[in-house]
Amino acid sequence: MTSTDQQPFLSVKDLQVHFSTEDGIVKAVDGLTFDLAKGQTLGIVGESGSGKSVTNLTILGLHDRRRTTIDGEILLDGKELLSATEKELELLRGNKMSMIFQDALASLSPFHTIGAQIGETYRKHTGASKKEARARAIEMLRRVGIPQPDVRVDDYPHQFSGGMRQRAMIAMALVCDPELLIADEPTTALDVTVQAQILDLLKDLQQEFGTAIIFITHDLGVIADIADDVLVMYGGRCVERGTKEEVLRTPQHPYTLGLLSSMPSLDGPVDVPLSPIPGAPPSLLTPPSGCRFHPRCTFTDKVAGGLCATERPLLEVVDGRGSACHLPMEQRQDLFADLAGSRH
Amino acid sequence: MSNAQPLLDVSGLTKHFPIKGGFPIKRTIGAVQAVDGLDFQVGEGEALGLVGESGCGKSTTGRLITRLLEPTSGTISYRGKDITHAGRKELAPVRSEIQMIFQDPYASLNPRQTVGKIISGPMEINGINPEGGREKRVRELLEIVGLNPEHYNRFPHEFSGGQRQRIGVARALALEPKLIVADEPVSALDVSIQAQVVNLLQKVQRELGIAFVFIAHDLAVVRHFSQRVAVMYLGKIVEIADRDDLYGNPRHPYTRALLSAVPEASADDKPARERIRLTGDVPSPINPPSGCRFRTRCWKATEKCASEAPPLVQVEGNKPGHLTACHYPETEATVPAPRLAKDPEAAA
Repeated sequence: MTSTDQQPFLSVKDLQVHFSTEDGIVKAVDGLTFDLAKGQTLGIVGESGSGKSVTNLTILGLHDRRRTTIDGEILLDGKELLSATEKELELLRGNKMSMIFQDALASLSPFHTIGAQIGETYRKHTGASKKEARARAIEMLRRVGIPQPDVRVDDYPHQFSGGMRQRAMIAMALVCDPELLIADEPTTALDVTVQAQILDLLKDLQQEFGTAIIFITHDLGVIADIADDVLVMYGGRCVERGTKEEVLRTPQHPYTLGLLSSMPSLDGPVDVPLSPIPGAPPSLLTPPSGCRFHPRCTFTDKVAGGLCATERPLLEVVDGRGSACHLPMEQRQDLFADLAGSRH
Repeated sequence: MSNAQPLLDVSGLTKHFPIKGGFPIKRTIGAVQAVDGLDFQVGEGEALGLVGESGCGKSTTGRLITRLLEPTSGTISYRGKDITHAGRKELAPVRSEIQMIFQDPYASLNPRQTVGKIISGPMEINGINPEGGREKRVRELLEIVGLNPEHYNRFPHEFSGGQRQRIGVARALALEPKLIVADEPVSALDVSIQAQVVNLLQKVQRELGIAFVFIAHDLAVVRHFSQRVAVMYLGKIVEIADRDDLYGNPRHPYTRALLSAVPEASADDKPARERIRLTGDVPSPINPPSGCRFRTRCWKATEKCASEAPPLVQVEGNKPGHLTACHYPETEATVPAPRLAKDPEAAA
């Protein structure tokens, strides 16, 4: 993504998001940097509590301002978002950037028709009349593949099935042709056959409109399907990034490797136990010192001087590829190759 | 199934949930046909996987087997004994041999009870006093499931999701069951934790010789865990076979489509796998399609499919024990040769 000299479409630099809670400060995001170009899909992978959703709520300015301390920089098309006022953000949200949530039923209003909800955004940003908005809503529903859109536009969300609701959400998010679409686990609640339909739809729409997509998921299989670039998050930090092929084929970080080898596949060996990552994800109230993955990492003893527990490993990204680990790269490659060999 | 008598024998199992409506007198105006005529067996110590999309009746099946729901018709036999409509008293000894593990580790443990109390609960109810006392047994169980026996006096909220699921497993093991029904036991857990719990269940299944009915929507997890797999669609089993036959040679179009829709975490599977994209959603079980229930989404459907429900039989070309309910089963080898022999650096 560093291929062109022009400024990236979305640029997040050293983002820090801290919440103050009764129990202390939660460091939900702790120094995150990434760029995204138009027409590209960035997949963000991580477990619950890794900070992936918080990052994206912050980009949209949907966090609770009274309780949140934010540092860093978010540039959308050259415009700084963190210092933008609520009014300015309102003009951007739904227009230039929009979001799809995981639970479509909870994110749609049960009291308004699907058509009214899609049209609302359109009217707000274009000043269109009710009639135009309705026509636009029908057009959007047709585009996301809802049968009989001119009839279904007057339905309420409960009359839609799960997959159709997610399609309606996508129609709503895309109604103003946004340049940035953030999809937060949009297919997690769906069945695999419907998930495949939604992923195809997003890919088609991206090709048509050149939208930049941030796709958040915990499922590496979905990443393999949709993403161009991948960013792996753990404990509020990025531990590895690169293109999809690089990250999935030759992971550099022990956490990514652990995730990949802990997942059963449809054609892997079945009579050997899976190799899980020991332990549990960290609490962000009292995150581990040094590398946040070190209490669960199997390679900690290979690093001299107990560096893993004391010093934060730096993420060095060259040409969009990098990982944050103290273990020297050559040593890691050897160790990882051994591990992969022992499983197959 | 080599045993003469299977541990669990289900035949024609049906559950219709009545829909009440009308005013002022409520009448039954329809039925959700959640499960409709299931036949399957589970052998001693065998793990049977049940897969399917949401609403296909897999959880209802689990609840029927454990008799948490009353079947509408059909029979359930446990060790040759018909327990379909057995009363409370009659059921009591059977209940201690059939246990359940639930999906949500947060909702299935009483927050006011200590771990010790939760796990010894089944023993108390059944008046079982193991040698050395219940507490000793609970500590043993905690150790088996990989928790610290010192956690005896802690409360569920002090544990993470994966640890809670281990507590649920320990509770299920407390009565030394012969059959465990596990309803989506790992789907609420983080990816890195899922493998821990799958390994634990597999260890339990193999070392203690417990039979499992493993209900899940994740085909890869089911493949890893089960020796035999049944695929359900809209209340019916459409295909049942040994693991290798089902995943290697799926004969039902739905099985094939389901397998092809699973995204896999390898970046290079595009040319190797043919994707079948099903259109539309699963129809409503209130008013399921006539004949074959999959026909509304099937690319092969003909008039015969609409008029005649295909029986679950060993279609031509199937190995014994591989049953498919389809008029036009898939013929060619549908899944490419296993991609086992790949370069060692591909860890996926």
